[in-house]
Amino acid sequence: MPPINYGDTAWVLASSALVLLMTPGLALFYGGMVRTKSVLNMLMMNFAAMGVVSVLWVAYGYALSFSTDRFHGLIGGSDAFGLRGTFDALTGADGDKIPVLAFAAFQLMFAIITPALISGAIADRAKFGSWILFVAVWTTVVYFPVAHWVFFFDGGNGGWIADGLKAFDFAGGTAVHVNAGAAALALVLVLGRRVGWPKEKFKPHNVPMVLLGAALLWFGWFGFNAGSALAANGLAAIAFMNTQVAAGAALVGWIIVEWLRDGRPTALGGASGAVAGLVAITPACATVEPIGAIALGLIAGAVCALAVGLKYRLGFDDSLDVVGVHLVGGALGAVLIGFLAAPFIAGTGGVAGLLYGGGFTQLGKQALAVAAVAVYSFVLAYAIGWAIEKTIGFRVSKEAEIDGIDTAEHAESAYDFAPTTGSGGAFALAGVGASRAPRVDEAEPERSGEKIPG
Amino acid sequence: MKLVTAVIKPYQLDAVKEALHALGVSGLTVSEVQGYGRQKGHTEVYRGAEYAVEFVPKIRVEVLTDEIDVDKVVDAVVTAARTGKIGDGKVWVTPVEDVVRVRTGERGLDAL
Repeated sequence: MPPINYGDTAWVLASSALVLLMTPGLALFYGGMVRTKSVLNMLMMNFAAMGVVSVLWVAYGYALSFSTDRFHGLIGGSDAFGLRGTFDALTGADGDKIPVLAFAAFQLMFAIITPALISGAIADRAKFGSWILFVAVWTTVVYFPVAHWVFFFDGGNGGWIADGLKAFDFAGGTAVHVNAGAAALALVLVLGRRVGWPKEKFKPHNVPMVLLGAALLWFGWFGFNAGSALAANGLAAIAFMNTQVAAGAALVGWIIVEWLRDGRPTALGGASGAVAGLVAITPACATVEPIGAIALGLIAGAVCALAVGLKYRLGFDDSLDVVGVHLVGGALGAVLIGFLAAPFIAGTGGVAGLLYGGGFTQLGKQALAVAAVAVYSFVLAYAIGWAIEKTIGFRVSKEAEIDGIDTAEHAESAYDFAPTTGSGGAFALAGVGASRAPRVDEAEPERSGEKIPG
Repeated sequence: MKLVTAVIKPYQLDAVKEALHALGVSGLTVSEVQGYGRQKGHTEVYRGAEYAVEFVPKIRVEVLTDEIDVDKVVDAVVTAARTGKIGDGKVWVTPVEDVVRVRTGERGLDAL
């Protein structure tokens, strides 16, 4: 057996932790954008994915995604249920061997964040139990197969997009972002608009929280993209540099649009632009040169800034713009590879995009990969969402939505410093409006003859 | 007795408090309020969508005073709260029938 490469293994394990951190980062990014009364639900929709998907991944997810192909590049088999048979195995090219378990841990984090991304589209209105069920079913019938299509290389016998079509998706522009964005669009259609949208205001309640989330996403994304080299090498380095410069360029692109259109560049726009750039560079980070990454970032930032306004014209309450950022940004990044693939960059294997004299071939492959993932994910997400809505119901009651989903679904409220309910104001000092523990003299059942309140 | 109520810009609170203190006013009550007058609110933009923020944060100051000092109190508040810009607020005076100091039970002017 060839020897394990310790440097590569260390990088992949560290990258796995970085990618895991993206999901709490996403939770904060989304959580800051919702209102005070639904921030905990938004955080929990994301954290729940960390719980549910981890279990599914070990049980059968890894096997369906990454064990030997069973059917025309569409799905893996049952060889590695429970991760059995992977414990001593190594994977990777000679000289870059890492434990299969390190690879499995790394890929698990991708499987977690993909369904989590969808949550922003249906903020404030999804039953928590129904969301958990959706995550479990969608991850099983959509994410695991699509990860097999896109990420499973097996010497020509792997996933159909990876090994057959040979479309480039280095770190998941299609498998993660187009996939989640298309599912988000489907759920928006199944669940419908929030009460009052778009007439009423749904102002973000904590923009600094959004920026904190964006910062954690940005930081974690180096694991997502550079970690996808599965080795601590030059491929990881180019992916790392492209990730940084595309995020920066997209931040600039987004706020330029705001400056020209609205008169002011916003903090929310800056954070959104960075994320849009990170999404767009994800598929392309190992196939474009840094100058290409700047172009790709600028385009992605500007296009996504314009795309998020479309929901008002179309009447879709994609609450936190999952479609406008992840579907549009992911598709854009994947398709732009067809133009910007630089044959001298390691990840292309010598293939050139249109602007580097490569003709339309790769562009067509990229477009086909995007379309296949988008259609598959949209159709199945719609079907799963529809089935849940028709059986156990997917939406909370109108009353719960108006009163706030945090108290309705979780019996919690996020903040305790509102004037009449919090701990800081005069009302709170008097216990007015806030729930409080019964005083000792109130709590003597013999004297009052009543039950202890609360 | 009179109740002087002033709705002012939050930043002017310290100046108003100092001016009243200089007059010898021994107590006042402040509260955070929101509202709009002629200046209306302002517009905020999130991801290109405009939100009209109609209610502007203000501070309400309430001072009890006797009838002799009421004009001095009003002048002090108005002078201290004025910036000359739209949105400086309003001050109004209402008659008060009775006042009781909770600790001692004193009533009327003795309770001020």
